Amino acid sequence: MPLILTEEQTMLRDNARGFLGKNAPIAHLRALRDGHDRDGFSRELWKEFAKLGWSGILVPQEYDGTGLGHVEAGVIMEELGHTLTPSPYLATAVVAATAIVHGGNEQQKKVLLPRIAKGELIATLAVDESAKHRPEKIALSAERKGNEIVLNGAKTFVIDGHVADLIIVAAQTQNGAEKRLVLLLVESDRPGLHVERIATVDIHNAARVTFENVKVKADAMLADVDTGGQVLEGALNVGRAGVAAELVGLSDEVFNRTVTYLRERKQFGKLIGEFQALQHRAAHLYSELEVSRSAVLKALQTLDESFENASAIVSIAKARAGVSATLAAQEGVQMHGGIGMTDEFDIGFYMKRARVLQELFGDANYHADRLARLNNY
Amino acid sequence: MRRSGGADEDICWGGRKWVFQTDAQRLWLKRMVEKGWTVPEWPREYGGGGLSRDEGKILRAEMRALGCRSPLDSFGIWMLGPALLKYGNEEQKREHLPKIARGEIRWCQGYSEPGSGSDLASLQTRAELKGDHFVVNGQKIWTSYADKADWIFCLVRTDPNAAKHEGISFVLFDMESPGVSTQPITLISGKSPFCQTFFDDVIVPKQNLVGPLNRGWEIAKYLLTHEREMIGGMGMNGGRSRSMGEVAAETVGKENGMLADSVLRAQIALFEIDARAFGLTLDRLGDMAKAGTAHPAVSSVLKYYGAELNKRRQELLVTAGGSDALEWEGPRSHDGFTVRAWLRSKANSIEGGTSEVQLNIIAKRLLNLPGA
Repeated sequence: MPLILTEEQTMLRDNARGFLGKNAPIAHLRALRDGHDRDGFSRELWKEFAKLGWSGILVPQEYDGTGLGHVEAGVIMEELGHTLTPSPYLATAVVAATAIVHGGNEQQKKVLLPRIAKGELIATLAVDESAKHRPEKIALSAERKGNEIVLNGAKTFVIDGHVADLIIVAAQTQNGAEKRLVLLLVESDRPGLHVERIATVDIHNAARVTFENVKVKADAMLADVDTGGQVLEGALNVGRAGVAAELVGLSDEVFNRTVTYLRERKQFGKLIGEFQALQHRAAHLYSELEVSRSAVLKALQTLDESFENASAIVSIAKARAGVSATLAAQEGVQMHGGIGMTDEFDIGFYMKRARVLQELFGDANYHADRLARLNNY
Repeated sequence: MRRSGGADEDICWGGRKWVFQTDAQRLWLKRMVEKGWTVPEWPREYGGGGLSRDEGKILRAEMRALGCRSPLDSFGIWMLGPALLKYGNEEQKREHLPKIARGEIRWCQGYSEPGSGSDLASLQTRAELKGDHFVVNGQKIWTSYADKADWIFCLVRTDPNAAKHEGISFVLFDMESPGVSTQPITLISGKSPFCQTFFDDVIVPKQNLVGPLNRGWEIAKYLLTHEREMIGGMGMNGGRSRSMGEVAAETVGKENGMLADSVLRAQIALFEIDARAFGLTLDRLGDMAKAGTAHPAVSSVLKYYGAELNKRRQELLVTAGGSDALEWEGPRSHDGFTVRAWLRSKANSIEGGTSEVQLNIIAKRLLNLPGA
């Protein structure tokens, strides 16, 4: 498959860009922040996402979804990176939907997926337990007691955890002599489940969630000891590629704003874009961003074509996009000079969001290490 | 014919003076020439295979999968051929292209001069039109394999009074013409792939002018784009079969399945990430070019990034190889293959326009920055 967007994908991008630019520009993010919004996102806007088919973008049509692919899901993520719009799209439509599509039985899919597609159910995946992403070290325990499963432990950096109706919890369970990973569907109003909203630097939404003897029925098992690890890996890979796509959009936006500034700002009687010191840095940054964009598109295409074999390219994409977006954000602030340091000016929002996305689902160091392991060194 | 280590010695350059290293090399060239597959995508009437771009891609992929060597490499194939196909007249195409395709004539490129490196358009080699011929005088430098080449494609100044880009012409001539002499330059790698080339009243027939008089800069730019993409391609692993992780494992060893030098391990992993992403960028920009949506100046992105990436690769290979990689001579090191490749790579960001020139081009043509 050629490494470019198809005509339909390009149309989707243009439509998304038009819609988000009109309905959810940076001013929307500012209003949520300055109004101390309880949800941290607009439920009305989320309903519009459902009408546009975005919340069901990865849900098959037989479950009332749009049934599109990962490239399309990534196109929306990329556009969200331009406007930094907070929404449950990543947690619900990208990550949770993937876990349910790949892990769920028929009954679970029939009940949950149409509600996700209609924008009626906010769902998220709870994986991290410490400040760094280490899915191979999950300790939260799921213990079988009769017809119930009892959860004990704590999760952090649960995206949209404070508004989620349903939390997909990655847990360890005893399986004979060894511990194995499982995924459980836990409604957020279960007794013993405590949610604490985290205020992150980027004004997007996350939570710490603690589980004290939280009981769920046996049919809450989304992926059991045989499939848990694989389903989690798949959902995380889709999330990582999605985050990488948002980083590409974010970088693109920062870069364009910065180059525009270089063409307009005058100092020493010259446009600052005439200075070679800045020209070369801008040209270098452009090259870095072009290279990241290729890796991210390839990762999304690979998820569509060969889902099980996407781990290496997803790690490459996530690591690349994180590093180049960090450079874009830093250069963006530096080249804007003093005004780039002000809250009134937008560029700082991009730097904050880039930092959070760099961390989410594993930073560049994590993914470089993962690639080395995959390649046996 | 399968590739061995990818060393210089395996390459078949062709030309009047060419001595085949093995019978297999001679036979492989002969058979590929018969199919037109030394230049698979050139038209059949000029000695090519008449394949489409997609068919050519498949042929190359199949050859790679079988471990086939390239039957013939030359500046004629990479550079002059594409330029003649675009700018040459019918007579020039019929005269020169089949000889390139058959490996009969080996070409060199006369571009840089001692005073004209990055500022190529300031070149001073003079060609005066006198009736039916030019008289060429001047000096070129960094002429790759000029001492082994049969013909040269050369940028010359035909109008000294015009603006510097507008008085240049593109001419072809035989290196055996009276007045042509060459002097190899020994590089830091100990090798001499480049020469100084001197022209002293060299007579060049007027019909050897390609394109209109004083309009050679357009062809020069077109060829530079080609050259940049080629050097950019060096950012890719040039057929090297062992991964860098494996090379490093031999010298630093492993602990718990991981390279024992954790800092080197991280550097290699980050390099691999960039190298793979760059390879995908060559694919993506190729696909964009095919779809007609690529900006022509993106070749500068590829040249810049590929050159810097290859320098990084060679630095890491020497680091991974440790003191073994520092050996300069002898069979154990294949006569210093690693260390000489490292030294050679330093030219990647100089030849075909320096990295700084590429950044200037990106700033001016892709980013539309003022005054660039």
